[in-house]
Amino acid sequence: MARAKSATSGATLLIATRKGLWQLKSDATRRTWRLAGPQFLGHIVHHCVADMRDGKTILAAARTGHLGPTVFRSPDRGRTWHEAKQPPAFREGSGRVVDHTFWLTPGHASAPGVWYAGTSPQGLFRSEDGGAIWRGVDGFNEHPQRKAWCAGDQDGTPNGAKMHSVLIDPRDPKHMYIGMSSGGVFESTDAGSEWRPLNRGVRADFLPDPDPEYGHDPHCVRLHPAMPDRLYQQNHCGIYRLDRPAERWQDIGATMPKSVGSIGFPMVLHPRDPDTIWIFPMDGSKVWPRVSPGGKPAVYRSVNGGKSWQRHARGLPTTQAWLTVKRQAMAADAGAPVGIYFGTTSGEVWGSRDEGRTWKCLAAHLPEIYGVETA
Amino acid sequence: MRVLIPNPLRSYTADAASVSASGATLAELTADLDRRFPGIRFRVIDEQGQIRTHIKFFVNGTQSRDLGDPLGDADEVMIVCALSGG
Repeated sequence: MARAKSATSGATLLIATRKGLWQLKSDATRRTWRLAGPQFLGHIVHHCVADMRDGKTILAAARTGHLGPTVFRSPDRGRTWHEAKQPPAFREGSGRVVDHTFWLTPGHASAPGVWYAGTSPQGLFRSEDGGAIWRGVDGFNEHPQRKAWCAGDQDGTPNGAKMHSVLIDPRDPKHMYIGMSSGGVFESTDAGSEWRPLNRGVRADFLPDPDPEYGHDPHCVRLHPAMPDRLYQQNHCGIYRLDRPAERWQDIGATMPKSVGSIGFPMVLHPRDPDTIWIFPMDGSKVWPRVSPGGKPAVYRSVNGGKSWQRHARGLPTTQAWLTVKRQAMAADAGAPVGIYFGTTSGEVWGSRDEGRTWKCLAAHLPEIYGVETA
Repeated sequence: MRVLIPNPLRSYTADAASVSASGATLAELTADLDRRFPGIRFRVIDEQGQIRTHIKFFVNGTQSRDLGDPLGDADEVMIVCALSGG
């Protein structure tokens, strides 16, 4: 089981936005925060992730509105940056073009330097040199079923179909999961050479067949680092838990209040307790406003694997606050108690240093926030 | 030949607004630019060899949409980024 990070070390947040990258750094108590940045001002930064294996490498997926997508690498926690020599790109002749890199994941602890990237449209890429040179994972990108799994490149979220939630089993570097919007959750046990859908039990009520093998819309999939057989997902159609080797996801969103529903984008796990999770519900009614239900933002926490949920909103605005939190924009630190953070599309960063019970605005007036990760 | 570099690409050219490069076609020219300024080509040409949506090439003031268009040593090529969105 992972150890709690020293209470004296504070926390650092990597804030990826539609207009650049910022870092928020706390004091040892996590009461006081200092905003640093911007870096890459004007770049669309979809995701920025620290490599906890070495404690100093950070990768950022970026593009601008007019230039093609790339990846920047920092070897010194963001002081200096170097562009990838060969960013993620589909095979020449495939007819497919990477619009942007959407998701970054460090590889297994036994393979320092290995990173994975998920792109829009859905593609999986791997780097073996810390993010300098990226090559397609042919087992997925060239799979004969890939087109069927993903449907068309335009069949996805409003900002393009995406591969996200690239998850590596900490016990086995060859065992991986991916999430696709749309497409669903897929599993590989041979380092990405072969894939199979893993969506039983998950609704897809937007499709003609509401219980298909694939074509689902997982918004965010998480694997618990201390119990890697425990998976959770916040889906377009509810919240689910899967305890491997079971194959059927269990609906854990049905116990959410009916007035709030079980729709949202991000999901966060407690770093040490596999039963404790946090979500940020959003309005998924009618035309999908994707804002806090009723204009009353709240985080919901479960401490029993989703059997029941508690509403936590102390410190958050109580009315007329129509917050949207994207799937990469919520994170937990390793402190004790755990700090929980989320960033909004209206440019605010909120934090809780008591596991979600009370909240404080840590930064405001930033551009639209795409990602919040702890470093 | 002379190539005029727009502001968003000058991080590749050490802030130079104008550089020299060679090639008998736009495709060869962008390949030569990439040799001199690694990474610049992929920002304007995608992996299928197509000019990216918001990028335009002008040769002696006339837009060129085909990377196979011939070039001469005396030509002047301007790369334009068409800003879009807010």
